[in-house]
Amino acid sequence: MRAARRPLLALAPAVLYLLVMFVIPIVVVLAMSVTAPHVGLQHYARIVTAPVYLRVFSATVQIALGVTLVSLGLAYPLAYLLSTLAPRASIVLLGLVILPWFTSLLVRSFAWMVLLGQNGVINRALLSVGVIGKPLPLLYSAFGVYVGMVHILLPYMVLALYSVMRGIDRGLLQAAQSSGAPPWRAFVHVYLPLSLPGVTAGSLLVFVMATGFYVTPALLGGPHQTMIAQLITSEINEAVNWEFGAALSTVLLLVTLAGLAAFNRFLGADRLLARDA
Amino acid sequence: MTYDRSPWRWGKVALYVWSAAVVVFLIVPILIIIPMSFGSALSLEFPPRSLSLQWYVKYFTTPAWLRATATSFEVAVGTTFLATSLGTPAAFGLLRGRFRGRDLLLALILSPLIIPGIVVAVAIYLVFARVHLVGSPLGLVLAHTVLALPLVVINVTATLKGFDASVERAAMSLGAGPIRTFRHITFPLIRPGIIAGALFAFMASFDEVIVAIFLSGRTATTLPKRMWDSVLLETDPTIAAISTMLIILAMAVLVLPTLRRGRGAV
Repeated sequence: MRAARRPLLALAPAVLYLLVMFVIPIVVVLAMSVTAPHVGLQHYARIVTAPVYLRVFSATVQIALGVTLVSLGLAYPLAYLLSTLAPRASIVLLGLVILPWFTSLLVRSFAWMVLLGQNGVINRALLSVGVIGKPLPLLYSAFGVYVGMVHILLPYMVLALYSVMRGIDRGLLQAAQSSGAPPWRAFVHVYLPLSLPGVTAGSLLVFVMATGFYVTPALLGGPHQTMIAQLITSEINEAVNWEFGAALSTVLLLVTLAGLAAFNRFLGADRLLARDA
Repeated sequence: MTYDRSPWRWGKVALYVWSAAVVVFLIVPILIIIPMSFGSALSLEFPPRSLSLQWYVKYFTTPAWLRATATSFEVAVGTTFLATSLGTPAAFGLLRGRFRGRDLLLALILSPLIIPGIVVAVAIYLVFARVHLVGSPLGLVLAHTVLALPLVVINVTATLKGFDASVERAAMSLGAGPIRTFRHITFPLIRPGIIAGALFAFMASFDEVIVAIFLSGRTATTLPKRMWDSVLLETDPTIAAISTMLIILAMAVLVLPTLRRGRGAV
C-alpha cells in the first residue's frame, strides 16, 4: 500500500507547482475574458465582427500553414538521409540539425535581420555581383517571416520525421524493387505511407508552435504579417486592455489544444513513457 | 540487380545536395554572426574589412549590459535549482507509478512545452501583476520554472527508462534503506539525465525572452529582454558580440555532455 502511493507523493510537488503557477493563471485568463468588465461574450463578439482581428487571425493561420509545408518539404529528404546513414555519420548530421535548436531564438532572428536587411549581407552581395539594381525588400516582409520561422521550426520537423523513419524496415523497399517496382514506385507505395505518422506528427507540432510565434514575426515581418501573439502583446502592454488580451489568448489557446488533441490521436504523447525493452 | 540503376543514382545525388543545402540554411546564418562581431567598422559588415574587439569592449564596459547578464544568471541558476528539484522526483513518479490519471498528469507536466509562450506569459503576468512579482528576479524564476520543468522530466525519464530497477531492489534486500539506496545506487546511475535536464533548464531560462518581456518590469531586466529592447530600435552591433558569446555557450552545452558520456562509457 505504501509503495503504491510513493509515485504519487513523488509527483505531488511538481503537480502542485504547476497547478498554482500555470493552471490557475490560465483559468484566471479564461475567467477574465468572459466576466470583465461584465459577464458576457462581448470580447469574443468583437473578435469575430471587427475585420482587423479576423485579418490577423487569417494571416496567422496562413503563415503557420505555409511554414509547416515549407518545413516539411525541406525536412523530409534530410530526415530520410539521416535514417539511412551509419550511426557515426548520422550523429554528426543530427548535431548540425540540433545546434541551431540550442541557439537562442533572439540570436537567430537577429542573424536574419543582419542577413536580410536593406544593407544586409545578401543584398550587398547581390548588388556587388550585379544581379540586382536596387536592394530587395527581404526584411520586414512575408519572406523574412517565412525564412525566420522555418529556420526555427525545421529541427522539430526533422526530429519528428526521423523518429518514425528510423523504425521503417528498409528491407520492404528492396522487396518491392526485387518484385519489379521501379525505385520511385517502391518509394511512393511502400515508404511514403509508412512515414506518414511522422509527417502528421511533425506537421501538427510545427503548425501549433507556429501559430503562437511572437519574436520572429515581430522582428522580421511587416504590418501585413502581424500575428495573434503580437496583437495580444499590444492589447496587454500598450492598450492595457487586459480583458480583451485575455480573450485573444483564450482563442490562441483553443487553437493549440485542438492541435494537441489531434496530435495525441495520431501519435500518443504517452509514447514518452513506453519502455524501450 | 541487373536493372537500370542510373535514375536511382541521380536520386541519391539530389538527396545529398538537398540535405546539404538544408544544413547550410540551418547553420550558416548562425555562424556568419561570429566573424561579423569582430568587425572594426561602425556597422556590421561581412566579411569585416579589419578586425577589432570594439563591440566586446562595449559590452564589457556598459553597466546596463552587465547588469542584465547578472540578472539572467541569477534567474537561470534559480530556475535550474527549482526545476531540477521538482522534476526529478516527478519523473520517478510518472515512470514507476501505476495509477489512473497518469496520462493526464504527464500531459499537464509536458503542456508548458507546447502551449504558446505568449499565453503562458500573459496568464502569469496577469496574476503576478496583482501580487507584486513583476520586476523581481523571484517572479522570473517562478515563471521560468514552469517552462523548464518538462525539460527536466523528459531528460530524467529518458535515463530512467534504461535503468534496471532490480539493482535498487538488490541494494534494499542487502539492508540499505531507501535514502542510502537512492544516494549510492539510483542517483549515480541517473546522474547523466539529471545533469542534462539541469543544462536544458538553465538554457531555457537564460535564453527566454517572451515571459521576460512581460515580467522584467524596470527592475529585473534580463539579457534577452535587453537585447530585445535594443534590437527593436536598431541593429546595434553589440548584439552581434553578445550573440557570438551565446552561440559559443550553446555549443559548449551541446558538446560537453557528449564528451563526458564518451569518457564515462567503459
